[in-house]
Amino acid sequence: MTHQPTSSHFKENAHEALRDAPLQKALVHVRSNFIQKRAEAAQRLPEFEALRDSARDIKNHTLKHLDLYLEAYEAKVRELGGEVHYAATAKQGLDIILDICRKRGAKTVTKGKSMIAEEIGLNDALEAAGIEAVETDLGEYIIQLRGEAPSHIIAPAVHVNKDEVENEFRRAHLHLPKDRDLSEPAQLLGEARGVLRDKFLNADIGITGANFLIAETGTSIIVTNEGNGDLTQILPKVHIVIASLEKITPTLADAAQLLRVLARSATGQDMSVYTTLSTGPRRPGDPDGPEEYHVVLLDNGRSSMLGGEFEDMLRCIRCGACMNHCPVYHAVGGHAYGWVYPGPMGAVLTPTLIGVKEGGQLPNASTFCGRCEEVCPVRIPLPGMMRHWREREFERHLSPTTVRAGLAFWAFFAKRPTLYRLATSFGMRALHLIGRAKGRFSFLPLARGWTRYRDLPAPQGATFQSQWRAKSRPVA
Amino acid sequence: MSARDDILANIRASLGVTGAEAPRRFAAKERLAQSPEGVIPRRGQGDPAARVATFKAEAERAQASVAEVAGAADVPNEIARYLREANLPATFRMGEDARLAAMPWSETALEILRGPSDGHDLNGVSAAFAGVAESGTLALCSGPDNPTTINFLPDNHFVVVFERDIVADYESVWRKLRERYGKGAMPRTLNLITGPSRSADIEQTLLLGAHGPRRLHIVMVRDG
Repeated sequence: MTHQPTSSHFKENAHEALRDAPLQKALVHVRSNFIQKRAEAAQRLPEFEALRDSARDIKNHTLKHLDLYLEAYEAKVRELGGEVHYAATAKQGLDIILDICRKRGAKTVTKGKSMIAEEIGLNDALEAAGIEAVETDLGEYIIQLRGEAPSHIIAPAVHVNKDEVENEFRRAHLHLPKDRDLSEPAQLLGEARGVLRDKFLNADIGITGANFLIAETGTSIIVTNEGNGDLTQILPKVHIVIASLEKITPTLADAAQLLRVLARSATGQDMSVYTTLSTGPRRPGDPDGPEEYHVVLLDNGRSSMLGGEFEDMLRCIRCGACMNHCPVYHAVGGHAYGWVYPGPMGAVLTPTLIGVKEGGQLPNASTFCGRCEEVCPVRIPLPGMMRHWREREFERHLSPTTVRAGLAFWAFFAKRPTLYRLATSFGMRALHLIGRAKGRFSFLPLARGWTRYRDLPAPQGATFQSQWRAKSRPVA
Repeated sequence: MSARDDILANIRASLGVTGAEAPRRFAAKERLAQSPEGVIPRRGQGDPAARVATFKAEAERAQASVAEVAGAADVPNEIARYLREANLPATFRMGEDARLAAMPWSETALEILRGPSDGHDLNGVSAAFAGVAESGTLALCSGPDNPTTINFLPDNHFVVVFERDIVADYESVWRKLRERYGKGAMPRTLNLITGPSRSADIEQTLLLGAHGPRRLHIVMVRDG
């Protein structure tokens, strides 16, 4: 898996994605599936909007008291025989996990889906230490075979078509008969189930993420549909949970509020199939479950987001609704964003985690249509935060000279209303006269980037402002 | 300074607090002690009969199959019938749950294996701690009574739920847990299960039986 961010090349990545025919074919599934399912699930629950408010308020309260809930959570986990490790950076997180692996002499590690593991580049680190890391979520397994990063936070292989999965399985599963039929998705799933079942049963350590960490009980909660996260954590002798600080949730009652908006916003299910609450290691008399239970709490820049203009982003529960509803994501997919988190949440989060120099391009990947904020279960003002980033990018002189010159030129007129009106009415009339015959422009100087893909309709002669004035006049 | 101290100090610096402020400590302590409940959907509410009906409808919506039997004594026959009709071997695995052990299995030809699953069982039987009406969800607690491995490794999972244990919402499950385990205490694993395992990772086509059970059959027991 490649973890070198390419976010600063968003424009080039996007151009490439638009030309990628198989990707464009796969992206249709995002547009057609997720939006309708979420709408239906929300519509079926009259309390859905009230639950979104409740979810937002719980997250805000938690962030304001994060230090105290962290301490309470940690004490509870320890009390039950679990271990809590703090990692300020990705490197520290990796060192902690590798150390546990070494102590247990681990050769094989199974993994449930975890965006935090992607963020710190866990698979690469395990492989480098000579430990086999096996992704067990079907989507993650597919992209691991392909050597790719996830292109969506809940559907990591959404960019891959069925034939590509078949090719990958034929390449990787050489122990199976060559003439087997893999033309149906069910056959592909069946094959992955069989191959991964052996991995589950033979793994030394299981690593999962967490959707919530409950301070009241010292419990970690994972939410899956496949059951892979459960097999990952109940079969090996050691269970490691890796999660970021903001996953802390005060109580089980609070988790119930968040669970009610999570699956509905993500896949349109009322509940995901498996919501699993794990508390400490195996108890006396337990016939199964791990002997050791570790939680690695990752900061990686999050504590600095508190109290600032990006604090709201820490409410994110990683449902993926923002990208499912984003016209830019629909057009270019997740890989164009160049790092771990795509779509609107990625556009806000990436610059905070890897810096505005590397990630500052992403907030420009927005039409400000506002759909992401409309569907966000915890009501994160994503467009507003992308605007903050654009301002910062501009302030720090990171935007290209042509953009800066254009903005300065526009600002000169915008600050002088009389001149602005004069210039625009002259411009509109001129464009009207030139374009009158065809009614549109297929080429305009200085606007080639725009006209390359579509025509500019010729203006009708009057500006918006002059029409507004004319229409606001009282009718005699 | 340790990473822990670093992180806590940085959180406090960002929030502009020291961590010693009494009102903040009180607010967090109170929330942990009181666990205030938020918005509870009406869907699962109602009298026991309404809850049972909602539970059944919602579980079926999540692609589980549901059968209702009059008493605990009828459970073995229902499971035998299902296995026969699905052409499955008449063998299953279960834990030490006393409610299951008391059922008249010897009246059927079913062969019973005991203890946790090692991944070679086709069928598993568990008894639920509770059922949740609002989403047709089952709650199962780990331990020798109902080993967690039985919830995931067998291809076909049968879950017996007594109708008196079917509650309206998740909050009621938390209350029930508090009654059994004490405030702030939990079983090692609590599984909330809504339908059989599935994946839509290949072209967003929904397929059942990803890594967990391909089929989930719920047997609701009216009294017992």
